[in-house]
Amino acid sequence: MNQPVLDLSPKVSDEVRKTTCYMCACRCGINVHMKDGPDGKKQVAYIEGNKDHPVNQGVLCAKGSAGIMQVNAPSRLRKPLKRVGPRGSGEFEEIEWDEALKLATEWLEPVRRDNPEKLAFFTGRDQSQSFTSFWAQNFGTCNYAAHGGFCSVNMAAAGIYTMGGAFWEFGQPDWDHTKLFMLFGVAEDHDSNPIKMGIGKIKKRGARVIGVNPIRTGYNAVADDWVGITPGTDGLFILAMIHCLMKAGKMDLNYLAQYTNAPVLVINNPGAADHGLLMRDGNGKELVIDRATGKLTPFDQPGVKPDLAATYEKDGQTHRPVFHQMADMYLDDQYAPENVADRCGIPADRIRAIAAELARVAFEESFELDHAWTDFRGEKHDKMIGRPVSFHSMRGISAHANGFQTCRALHTLQIILGTVEVPGGFRFKPPYPKPATAHPKPHCKVTPDTPLDGPHLGFVHGPEDLALKDDGSPARIDKAFTWENPMSSHGLMHMVISNAYAGDPYKIDVLFMYMANMSWNSSMNTRGVIDMLTDKDENGEYVIPKLIYSDAYSSEMVAYSDLVLPDTTYLERHDCISLLDRPICEADAAADAIRWPVIEPDRDVKGFQSMLCELGAMLKLPGFTNEDGSQKYADYGDYIVNHERKPGIGPLAGFRGENGDQAGRGAVNPNQLDRYIENGGFFVEHIPAGANYYKPWNAAYQDWAVGMGLYDSPQPYLFSLYSEPMRKFQLAAEGHGDRQPPEHLRTRIKEKMSPLPIWYSSEEENQVADFPVTALTQRPMAMYHSWGSQNAWLRQLHGHNPLYLPTKLMRENGLADGDWAKVTSPHGEITVPVLEMAALNKNTVWTWNAIGKRKGAWALEENAPEATRGFLLNHLIHELLPPKGDGLRWANSDPITGQAAWFDLKVRIEKAPAPDESKPGFDAIKSPVGKGPKDLKWKVGK
Amino acid sequence: MTTLPAQTDKKLGLVIDLDTCVGCHACVISCKGWNTENYGAPLSDQNAYGADNSGTFLNRVHSFEVQPQAPDAAAQLIHFPKSCLHCEDAPCVTVCPTGASYKRVEDGIVLVNESDCIGCGLCAWACPYGARELDQAEDVMKKCTLCVDRIYNENLPEEDRQPACVRTCPAGARHFGDLGDPDSDVSQLVAERGGMDLMPEQGTKPVNKYLPPRPKDAMPEFDVLAPFLEPVAQEPKGFLGWLDKTLEKL
Repeated sequence: MNQPVLDLSPKVSDEVRKTTCYMCACRCGINVHMKDGPDGKKQVAYIEGNKDHPVNQGVLCAKGSAGIMQVNAPSRLRKPLKRVGPRGSGEFEEIEWDEALKLATEWLEPVRRDNPEKLAFFTGRDQSQSFTSFWAQNFGTCNYAAHGGFCSVNMAAAGIYTMGGAFWEFGQPDWDHTKLFMLFGVAEDHDSNPIKMGIGKIKKRGARVIGVNPIRTGYNAVADDWVGITPGTDGLFILAMIHCLMKAGKMDLNYLAQYTNAPVLVINNPGAADHGLLMRDGNGKELVIDRATGKLTPFDQPGVKPDLAATYEKDGQTHRPVFHQMADMYLDDQYAPENVADRCGIPADRIRAIAAELARVAFEESFELDHAWTDFRGEKHDKMIGRPVSFHSMRGISAHANGFQTCRALHTLQIILGTVEVPGGFRFKPPYPKPATAHPKPHCKVTPDTPLDGPHLGFVHGPEDLALKDDGSPARIDKAFTWENPMSSHGLMHMVISNAYAGDPYKIDVLFMYMANMSWNSSMNTRGVIDMLTDKDENGEYVIPKLIYSDAYSSEMVAYSDLVLPDTTYLERHDCISLLDRPICEADAAADAIRWPVIEPDRDVKGFQSMLCELGAMLKLPGFTNEDGSQKYADYGDYIVNHERKPGIGPLAGFRGENGDQAGRGAVNPNQLDRYIENGGFFVEHIPAGANYYKPWNAAYQDWAVGMGLYDSPQPYLFSLYSEPMRKFQLAAEGHGDRQPPEHLRTRIKEKMSPLPIWYSSEEENQVADFPVTALTQRPMAMYHSWGSQNAWLRQLHGHNPLYLPTKLMRENGLADGDWAKVTSPHGEITVPVLEMAALNKNTVWTWNAIGKRKGAWALEENAPEATRGFLLNHLIHELLPPKGDGLRWANSDPITGQAAWFDLKVRIEKAPAPDESKPGFDAIKSPVGKGPKDLKWKVGK
Repeated sequence: MTTLPAQTDKKLGLVIDLDTCVGCHACVISCKGWNTENYGAPLSDQNAYGADNSGTFLNRVHSFEVQPQAPDAAAQLIHFPKSCLHCEDAPCVTVCPTGASYKRVEDGIVLVNESDCIGCGLCAWACPYGARELDQAEDVMKKCTLCVDRIYNENLPEEDRQPACVRTCPAGARHFGDLGDPDSDVSQLVAERGGMDLMPEQGTKPVNKYLPPRPKDAMPEFDVLAPFLEPVAQEPKGFLGWLDKTLEKL
């Protein structure tokens, strides 16, 4: 037989350029294979994962592998645009950059000179927040944040307040040792490849995976055990497991005594201003009873054995340790499995079985690693004790009005099992652990023509840190850090437009946004937001007067902007994935990375951050201007190399010093970016063995972190099972202190700010009696929110989104696959196609997030299924709760952090005649970039 | 009619673990990217930005729900990636009127010689798995090549000489090797995990194997685990007494 002769070793590419992916916040390393195109210029031919990269170790998801279609997408903006038609029409004229930046300067200069707070600068899915916040600080506005408030601030803030870090970019399970991995909530996208790699790794070893999620897709589909919980009850389920474990004495008492505030004494002084605060010495150190001496002593003294049981008598009062309060609270029968089972939709025996399995694995399968280490009290340990139980969670439990306390409860569960920062458990990634006390506090002091007094976002420790003006009104346009949501560490991007429109707390002049699709999938109440953006006042001027927007693509938001500053794609830009920002470290190493222009733009576009360097200089912002008035940073690459946050510490930790041989701290190295490129686009510095567990208390880790510039001095701390900042807000609500909450919030603050985690329902506020079904969204693994639909390959995977209904609801409503249903919430209604799904909580419906598109956006044809059958649940969700008759409007947010409560959405379902298209329908917007080609067939190489 | 080799020197193929596949489509897109740029005609897309969009893919992931028989048992979702299985008795080869479809003697890979393919589509009809797709732009039959231009490619580092889908799979659910060698890693994996043929009744003798999902929702019942939750005391006061005693022992 004659087989054809094949070339089995074709040339793969002419050159490989290594940079960082941008398709989600995973930030994997990629090899971009370049070939000479027909015009002789190098073109992107193929993208694969970088095997040397710490995040993805060579693997790459669908989004990353489809990067070539992102870079070639017809939806890319080409030139600055100035609006010429009414807002929302999509009518623009292309202008030159000189004119665009001049216009922006004309709008921004008077704002800065007169009242910088009149600029609201919010940067959606920005991966350069340490840079953009620096720019906003220099401008002087207090109104800056990124998208954390409508994403997962509950997870981040609860983790940092409780234990100095949360999941995902803050830490990871000990994949090499864990034997039981429990995953809560919709977590398929956070983070992406490392979780898949980890699950693959532990399943290969035969470790058990338990998935707690109303929807059994993705990671939950491969979980050994699936708990199809009632949405919003995770906290109650967790507290029931804590109840079982405490009652059975299945806790790591040694761990609780040494490393947490469980033994710290709580002041018992009913009615006084310090009642319920932690007892401290003159230096502010928490006090415990030393079990060896029986004496009151600061927790951190050499040789101290903090006592979990002992009480302290003084002035006729008995002061008890935190642990006693935990026993009072969690041993109560309200948390017995029988008493939560119906509400959670989990049989009592199953709750017990899971709690028992956690106990069995944590304590019966305990193991030791032969690493000697010394703790902060100077005590030497010759081994590290492993507790091979680990947890992960993200937005699924965060995006509820009870999300902060639920996240706190989950951390409490991990901590009583002694599984945080031990072998087999959950491990922090540098620069974490970093307790709330080591983070900045929020700053909001606005002075004309002057930078802000410090970083915008941070962690409050009591009423004194709230961002309030002298008259007690909110300092920030989003009302972050106010009594409505005191611990809103990431700001509230979802409230900016509605507050600015209402002039509450004040009017603004310029809204400047980046990568935030607020007139579509990134807002609650999409229709309402569109109306707010287009409404005019009695003088015929837009209520929100000027809107500058930057994006790389023709998103729905472009049409609502007055000035559009086109960004580059991810392969055409500099970026730094910085330790000052949202790092990509591993539990065993500090790591950071860069993006660099592996191709030159073929359009008249500028990287957003480079553009801000230019605009910052035009506005004479101090941080962006030399003494002679000239532009300080030529572009973002120049900033990345030459900016120093403190002497010797800059955006990149690697290859510092004149010779590029210093890590963490070191002088500016002009060749730093070249060194990163030579090294594959990233930098890794490993933590020495023996320093890599018990990080918050391990003297060797603390010293290493100081050397790397992560801390200025060693700062060991105790995990806060009991949150003293929360108690301080309660005290204010009880009438203590100068800063007092408004009357209508007093009761809520007293109830919700419990210093020990609690659970509460928000079903009544969402009118569950009339709207008995929960509606959820999740992001498909193969798509990054709205970005995926412009990608010719990815939109073949998810071109439209049915509403998935459980079998019971299909039957009850006489629905069959392909039928349409009207879905009604207290706020609105949509009519959408349905599909049956059996592996789903029986009272929950769901759909893929952000598949639905506005006609005319993203360079899609107007009859694209994304626009005709696709839909958003956003139309059903309001930024405010339905009125409850008290004359007040309450935010649809967590009362502690302000996190948008997307997943509290309640609806009812009924069969509907099939409409021509999903409802509500929207008029087409005129595409500023035209439409894409009909067919694709290309090969870069010859 | 085209003949199959009596036997092949190796039986290269994939082993796909249905227990760990999370359905992320990484393999689908990585395959699309490599094979657009490499072997034969690019994988084209029609109506790429419009309605009724479609394109050529050599690998697709399907998802199936499974409802176990037991009463009250939770339904399961299985992600099922599917590409050419490089069958030993490949009906797509024997049906080919021009000899364009063939099975390689040295490694058993089933390929299409595009210069001889007339786009008649008989092979796609003959394949019981639906693993072949006729490219609408080029009018030639496209199918998984097992990345024949990667696995022997001396321009790639040795560790990268594997199919693009295997290299990229984040969950490690895809394995590549010689299923004709009982000692190979993939053969051992198949032996350990009870690897299965897809639709064996078709008599195609597929080389690719699927590892079945492990039993789900099989955590021990609470009564077995009960000793781990034996209460230390019935009353809160008793709990503090237990605490004091236990701390004494530590």
